[in-house]
Amino acid sequence: MVDLINVSYDTQIPNNVGLSEDRKVLKALEKWHPGYINWWNGLIPEQFQKSQVYLRTAVSVDPKGWASFGYVNMPEYRWGVLLAPQVEDRKIPFGEHKGEPAWQEVPGEYRNMLKRLIVIQGDTEPGSVEQQRFLGLTAPSLYDLRNLFQVNVEEGRHLWAMVYLLHKYFGKDGREEADDLLRRSSGSDEAPRMLGAFNEETPDWLSFFMFTYFTDRDGKMQLESLAQSGFDPLSRTCRFMLTEEAHHMFVGETGIGRTIDRTCQVMNENGITDPYDINRIRELGVIDLPTMQKKLNLHYTLSLDLFGQEVSTNAANAFNAGIKGRYMEPRIDDDHQLTNDTYKVWDLVDGKLTHHEVPALTAINMRLRDDYVRDAAGGIGRWNKIIEKAGIEFEMKLPHEAFNRKIGVFANLNFDPEGNLLSDEEYKAGVPQWLPNKSDGDFIQSLMVPVSEPGKYAGWISPPKVGIDSKPGDFEYVKLHMA
Amino acid sequence: MSKLIDFQTDPSKYRHWKVTYDGAIANLYMDVDEKGGLFDGYELKLNSYDLGVDIELADIVQRMRFEHPEVKTVVMRSAKENVFCAGANIRMLGGAAHSHKVNFCKFTNETRNTFEAAEKDSGQKYIAAVKGACAGGGYELALACNYIILTDDSTSSVALPEVPLLAVLPGTGGLTRVTDKRKVRRDLADVFCSTEEGVKGKKAKDWKLVDEVVPNSKFDDVVEERAKQFAEQSQKSDVEKGIHLGPLSRTFSEDGSVSYSLVEVTIDREAQVAYISISGPDADAPTTIDELVEQGDQAYLLKLARELDDAILHLRLNEMEIGLLVFKSQGDPDCLLAHEKLLNENQNHWLANEILCYWKRVLKRVDLTSRSMIALVEHGSCFAGVLAELLFSVDRSYMMEDEFEGDNRPLATITLSQSNFGLFPMSNDLTRLETRFLGDPASIDSAKDRVGEALEAAEAEELGLVTMILDDIDWDDEIRIFMEERVSFSPDAMTGMEANLRFAGPETMETRIFGRLTAWQNWIFNRPNAVGEDGALQRYGTGKRGVYNKERV
Repeated sequence: MVDLINVSYDTQIPNNVGLSEDRKVLKALEKWHPGYINWWNGLIPEQFQKSQVYLRTAVSVDPKGWASFGYVNMPEYRWGVLLAPQVEDRKIPFGEHKGEPAWQEVPGEYRNMLKRLIVIQGDTEPGSVEQQRFLGLTAPSLYDLRNLFQVNVEEGRHLWAMVYLLHKYFGKDGREEADDLLRRSSGSDEAPRMLGAFNEETPDWLSFFMFTYFTDRDGKMQLESLAQSGFDPLSRTCRFMLTEEAHHMFVGETGIGRTIDRTCQVMNENGITDPYDINRIRELGVIDLPTMQKKLNLHYTLSLDLFGQEVSTNAANAFNAGIKGRYMEPRIDDDHQLTNDTYKVWDLVDGKLTHHEVPALTAINMRLRDDYVRDAAGGIGRWNKIIEKAGIEFEMKLPHEAFNRKIGVFANLNFDPEGNLLSDEEYKAGVPQWLPNKSDGDFIQSLMVPVSEPGKYAGWISPPKVGIDSKPGDFEYVKLHMA
Repeated sequence: MSKLIDFQTDPSKYRHWKVTYDGAIANLYMDVDEKGGLFDGYELKLNSYDLGVDIELADIVQRMRFEHPEVKTVVMRSAKENVFCAGANIRMLGGAAHSHKVNFCKFTNETRNTFEAAEKDSGQKYIAAVKGACAGGGYELALACNYIILTDDSTSSVALPEVPLLAVLPGTGGLTRVTDKRKVRRDLADVFCSTEEGVKGKKAKDWKLVDEVVPNSKFDDVVEERAKQFAEQSQKSDVEKGIHLGPLSRTFSEDGSVSYSLVEVTIDREAQVAYISISGPDADAPTTIDELVEQGDQAYLLKLARELDDAILHLRLNEMEIGLLVFKSQGDPDCLLAHEKLLNENQNHWLANEILCYWKRVLKRVDLTSRSMIALVEHGSCFAGVLAELLFSVDRSYMMEDEFEGDNRPLATITLSQSNFGLFPMSNDLTRLETRFLGDPASIDSAKDRVGEALEAAEAEELGLVTMILDDIDWDDEIRIFMEERVSFSPDAMTGMEANLRFAGPETMETRIFGRLTAWQNWIFNRPNAVGEDGALQRYGTGKRGVYNKERV
């Protein structure tokens, strides 16, 4: 166990922010850290806390070798505070302050806005760990178990990163907000996480893969926009977080890909050509493709909700203030101030979906969501390649953005996955084909049995093509603690 | 914004609120229909409100008292997730004419005062059960409740973000109730009112911004428990059944006149004058309180109050260029006093009490109307008791003296009753006569000695109850000249002068809201920093900040 009293913050916490000389942050972290360790210990089942997990740890920001791999007891993981290197003479890249030197301290006038954005971002990080807390018990392999924990510790580190900003730049309020990040908890009646998708359950491994593919990709888009921030410490923090986030989406994409691959393989081995022959496919212990499509529909649409209202004052304010930019801001060919630009957003006129132009400044959320939709489409193509290669006639699809939405112009309206507006009855009749129901969940759950022998995989999922850190197929990614 | 705004509604027409009744407890849910704005050009997102939403609330509060006297606790909450109420709709405010904004704020203020006073007046206690964001006008709604419960989910907060976000004030009583009602320390209030995100959890309780902070998982239970507990503690007597408030009999004419059953509004548009003529009772007073209940919404004094209330609101919002309101009455003062007497003698009866309290509110509404107002005490008039209060509410009163040629109506008289001496306090908490004779208790005593006497012009003048008495020869000319002069003045100067002269004497929370807070707010509503093209209110939603002229004025 970590010695809570005598943590050497300089040696225990990899950092490039001069932590050992920063009395203010040290004092705050000393108070916060025990709560964090309690949170972590209360969260992950004990047998895994005591296991040796082959994890990567961020130890520097050198792009050539920022991480080191090795066996770690998770409670002793070195959650670091690392910011991407400072760019000399960095200027605020957008908004009304465009061209002014980037802020190294919090500008008073934007203090609340910045704090709110950091708190919301920070709230998602531990939220996902909480959602995934029991998955370790049903991991389909040690490889997957290790990936789960990798994602978990890195989300934990991202929480650290946000807490560092709160402690360093937001004084007493910041410390209170940092405490509240540990007080809220996913799905809690008492104090739920701030965003809906982070209060949903992640009941099984397919959900986990869908979550890391779709929901962590929202995280990526948010981090990309915050990485543009005129508030330099936030920008630098987020830039470094993005290097880790890529792995999470990799886990999601390959996880879904391997599940699809396995299903196709079993179908072929058993001469099943009809992907809708669901009962027979399920009897063979793999997840049928239509059910995977349903899971996709659910996680994709939940993630779309995370982008908020299409037309948003808060987003406009944050952009104009130079606090939160757009995806790939430097590559966008405009004035980066959006003085006269417009952008197309969805609208519903007389029951028909249409696009209409609104001031681009107010459509920042819509634009980011559009970028997200494009980004998310990539994996779909690769999954369909797997299906096509197996000779099965089925195509995974992103449902229409209007489907199953709780936020924005489509909220609580009855659209089918093609974007047709339906009556209550039509919609009710269609839902079982579009979204996973309890029996789908029960079936997937029935497949969730742990496999803990190195190199072995549960029957519903294929092994990965390559190992982590180029390790061989039978590498023991987790040395399980046997009580 | 030129369409007629109607202040009459009923539960079958509600779009924004839902009420369920459960014995002594009423559950009031705010569930604003985004597309249900009174005007085009904005959507009422996040339970934000416009005048239409508030008209429904006012109707609910009114019906709660008359139709549901069994209710002792009203729990106000949101039917939407994650938001209690986001306050007045900013786009509506940004797009509204100054005059609309001002009238909107006044009406919402009056509605807040009405449900706030419901505990003291009617034994109906309002609880705000706050879950989710409760900002600006949303917190002001809660502030006007008698008890605020906030959930401690580490996200829900109460906030007054107007100053940092919009460069205007929390003008629906917000600033005033924070200090005067909740007694928040002024420096903490300063922090609170300049922090956009507000205050949550324990701190909100410590700062006295809310009465109780409860764990989120126990929230619904605690709210229910408090509602029951307050209902049990209530001193209000049990009433089985209320009366129904039916629709008003009302017709609008092309020329702008409005006909009710007891009130006639006629408009002289060229002269910018509206005449509000009140009819006395058309039947004898009921002899017993049961008879009054039987009459229900047809009871004379209730019907008259409802009609007069509606007429005033109509003139305020729909007849902006009518600068002078002239009150007149015709009827039998003795009969009117008989109607009033039944109420006065049965103040412990719920309906009598409600009608009297309603008159208190209507008279305050008259006091607060930003138009020049006069009363003409003509022959045949019935300015007695509660209607005599109108004489002390308006800016000036003129009374006919002696017989007029060709006029065989009874000579003009004024009759005071006990109710002129305490039943209808103004917002400064003094009676109108106390305000009129501020620092002159002897005059009040002299008036009191004459209670029940039909005072003719000379006597009324001597007692200081009217501004001027005029005989047959002078009447028409004097009145005409006064009116012509009055409407020739600057409406702004008139509004300012009248608002100052009407409320002599001590400040109360109410006068501070309608005087200090409103006046500053209305000043800010005229300043470029808020409403200029680059002002914060205009720019809200565009993503661009307001540009401020930094000169302190």
